[in-house]
Amino acid sequence: MANDDLSLTRRRFGGLGMAAMAAATLGGGKLATSAARAAESGPIKIGILHSLSGTMAISETTLKDVMLMLIEEQNKKGGVLGRKLVPVVVDPASNWPLFAEKARGLLTSDKCAAVFGCWTSVSRKSVLPVFEELNGLLFYPVQYEGQECSRNVVYTGAAPNQQAIPAVDYLMQEDKVQRWVLAGTDYVYPRTTNQILESYLKSKGVAAGDIMINYTPFGHSDWQNIVAQIKQFGSAGKKTAVVSTINGDANVPFYKELGNQGIKATDIPVVAFSVGEEELAGMDTKPLVGHLAAWNYFMSVDTPENKAFIKKWHEFIKNPKRTTNDPMEAHYIGFNMWVKAVQKAGTTDTNAVIDALVGVSVPNLSGGYSTLMGNHHITKPVLIGEIQDDGQFNIVSRTPGLVVAQEWSPYVAETKDLIGDWRAPLSCGNFNVKTGKCGGASK
Amino acid sequence: MRFALLLLGLVLLPVLARAGEPTDAFSAFSSGDYDAMAAAVTELAVSGDPRAGAVITALQAGRLYANAAGQLLIREADGSFRDIASGKPATVDEDDVRKIRMNNAVRRAADAAQGGLRLFAADPATRRLAAAALFKSHDPASLPALSRALAKEQDPSVRALMAEAEAAAMVMSADAPEAKKLAAIAIIRARGDLDASALLASIPNPTPAVAAAAHDGVVAIQRVLQLWDVLESVFYGLSLGSVLLLAAIGLAITFGVMGVINMAHGEMVMIGAYVTFVVQDVIRSEAPSLFGASVLIAAPLAFAVAGVIGIAIERSLIRFLYGRPLETLLATWGLSLVLQQAVRSIFGPTNREVGTPSWMSGAVPLGGLTITLNRLTIIAFAILVFAALMALLRYTALGLKMRAVTQNRAMAAAMGIRTPWIDALTFGLGSGIAGMAGVALSQIDNVSPNLGQSYIIDSFMVVVFGGVGNLWGTALGALLLGVVNKFLEPVAGAVLGKIAVLVLVILFIQRRPRGLFPLKGRAAEA
Repeated sequence: MANDDLSLTRRRFGGLGMAAMAAATLGGGKLATSAARAAESGPIKIGILHSLSGTMAISETTLKDVMLMLIEEQNKKGGVLGRKLVPVVVDPASNWPLFAEKARGLLTSDKCAAVFGCWTSVSRKSVLPVFEELNGLLFYPVQYEGQECSRNVVYTGAAPNQQAIPAVDYLMQEDKVQRWVLAGTDYVYPRTTNQILESYLKSKGVAAGDIMINYTPFGHSDWQNIVAQIKQFGSAGKKTAVVSTINGDANVPFYKELGNQGIKATDIPVVAFSVGEEELAGMDTKPLVGHLAAWNYFMSVDTPENKAFIKKWHEFIKNPKRTTNDPMEAHYIGFNMWVKAVQKAGTTDTNAVIDALVGVSVPNLSGGYSTLMGNHHITKPVLIGEIQDDGQFNIVSRTPGLVVAQEWSPYVAETKDLIGDWRAPLSCGNFNVKTGKCGGASK
Repeated sequence: MRFALLLLGLVLLPVLARAGEPTDAFSAFSSGDYDAMAAAVTELAVSGDPRAGAVITALQAGRLYANAAGQLLIREADGSFRDIASGKPATVDEDDVRKIRMNNAVRRAADAAQGGLRLFAADPATRRLAAAALFKSHDPASLPALSRALAKEQDPSVRALMAEAEAAAMVMSADAPEAKKLAAIAIIRARGDLDASALLASIPNPTPAVAAAAHDGVVAIQRVLQLWDVLESVFYGLSLGSVLLLAAIGLAITFGVMGVINMAHGEMVMIGAYVTFVVQDVIRSEAPSLFGASVLIAAPLAFAVAGVIGIAIERSLIRFLYGRPLETLLATWGLSLVLQQAVRSIFGPTNREVGTPSWMSGAVPLGGLTITLNRLTIIAFAILVFAALMALLRYTALGLKMRAVTQNRAMAAAMGIRTPWIDALTFGLGSGIAGMAGVALSQIDNVSPNLGQSYIIDSFMVVVFGGVGNLWGTALGALLLGVVNKFLEPVAGAVLGKIAVLVLVILFIQRRPRGLFPLKGRAAEA
């Protein structure tokens, strides 16, 4: 029943455009405000929605731990608005529909003021309707394919232009790469990223014959002939590089095969967007020295903020060997932004916090400030690192300033005219600048 | 007067600059500017500075350090520091110096520079490496050094490599005469590998004759390589097949021979991989010299650990469920989740690093093939395990009892065989073999709690395809699926290839429900 009502409201959304949208937002807001008012005293609940079992536990467990650390530390400072923070940890078990179910539980029965969670795009897509329906607030910490801009989500990971495009630029300029292999796991993030990269490369004059696109299934473990194909593609007399959107688990056998077939970074460099310190911790990195990764944070960033963060992390997790990585920094930034916004708003009410969040600046770990923009994405520096034999990255390039996220890619025909801005008076996640209407092409 | 001074200055300036040159190069090392560093490496290599070799070697090995003042130091093997400028030992605090890092451009420059510096080394192996490095960098500037080295070189194999390197530099040179370039192209074409083809495809500003010769060369090399590609796919297929065989062969016993739908089979593989990790961990801290043998030590241990766990599972769970396949399926699936989460709690959710012993890493060229050693070892290991298992079943008393029990339980019991005990041992054997498969898989895949999951489907597919209950069928089925997969993959892509293989297997099972080699006679009805 409730679902029927929702779909009706949705349909009207598209038809009546901005006015209906604003009205619906206000309507939803009233509901949430009364709910929040009931919880205006006592401890504030923070939801942590990360898989602690199943395939994604490998990446997400760490994020749960870092959230617990941040909350514990904030409580030592006296909490927020004089109230203690209480983490509510749930385990969606790498099961996408379960993500939506657990998210609903966090928002309705636990009444969490904010939720920090999700890793894969499919899990985010699964909880998105829940957060929009119940007017919740989700902080999403992982680099992703973009093409989304929800009022109820704060995207603290990188959009493609904050990771993929600077990496390609680096290879083009520094290594004079002319031939490109776009290799990825077969799902939405690599496909969208590669679509964006392909049209970007073509706009830079790369011929279609100089781009090879290859997709592999999740957890692909036999890379022998794909690596041989890459080697062959790389022997056309032009400098070749691999842009890898290969997902976590398949990376280890991929890099092992590269090493075994003797492909060195000096011959065909591989730049990866999903390989960080955590993934390297399970690999022998000696054959990988010189391969690259693009992130907005590396553990090897040499700043006092980062040193302090690593020290706290090691004390909290009681293991001096544990690494830090980019999504952890994203949660660090996201959590501090939320704290600042709540203090600014003086309440944990979702609407007030969302309004207060835009424009909030907090220090990031790479020695600058990250700001939440109207499109609910944050500004970030882009760092390119080369893998070292100790499993860390040597930062070889860094964008001169902060990069503002492009939530809708200008390199994709359907979305090139869209912008998102949740500040009044626009208050729209997909505003079409050509037609002047909210509700652009696709949501 | 002033004019004279200026003149003197002008005359002296180049001299001074020359004397200062290496030191300028040195200062670039500590600047952190990688372009300057790459230039400095190249400059240092041709400067004739006696320290060049030591500095570049230290840079490549990560033993070159600088302090805040830009003073360069080499860290010796014993941890002490030596000042490069003076060549004297220096006492420095570890915290005051930082390691000089490279990027790929510097790495390339250093490789090329080493090639030039080592061309005249006493050891022929070093000279061979030097020639190979120069072939790769194909910098025309190395031509004079190469022709000097060629004139001196006695070793015919090194001579051939040097000639190739010279040819590579020749075709890249802007001012070499056409005849020399054509001769060089012939040399490179004779080399016949991918690098040669890449080089021929990238000759800058060729004259028409050169362009034609280069094009012919590329076509000829590609034609030969295409033939090798077929062989290469066969090797890849056999290698994938041997991995499938290793993963499936334990299941061929627990599921194929005993009829237990064992969903926890993958977790036995995973436990074997973790045994390898633990063995390596202990070896690393206790006896690093044994690292090369770590995999050999791990294999029997993994067999023992997984086997004992298998026996425990059979005694505590599966024996109550014989003849009830659905309950067995659910129970073992639940067990697989329990085992995964247990490993996750003990070892953590992240991947564990299992190193590859040096004798297993790298590749050997065989004609136009690149045979990777770890894959070759795994093929050999799979054959060995399979042969040992067949021998055990065929020639030992235990094997005889196992066959007797699975073929006719009542009769075997009547003959005085303790059938429950044999059931436990058979299940233990299947699990133990899965554990050994884990040792092999740890060399090519992630060691994470999810390791087993990715192999369980494939294992069932192989066993069913090969014919339940028939080990030869499992072996042939695994190899066949591996080879078919590797021939489909380049054509259809990895995702479609996998789907195509599944569809083929389904169609095949429709036609022949009992697989490649169905059991015949009374054993089939048991």
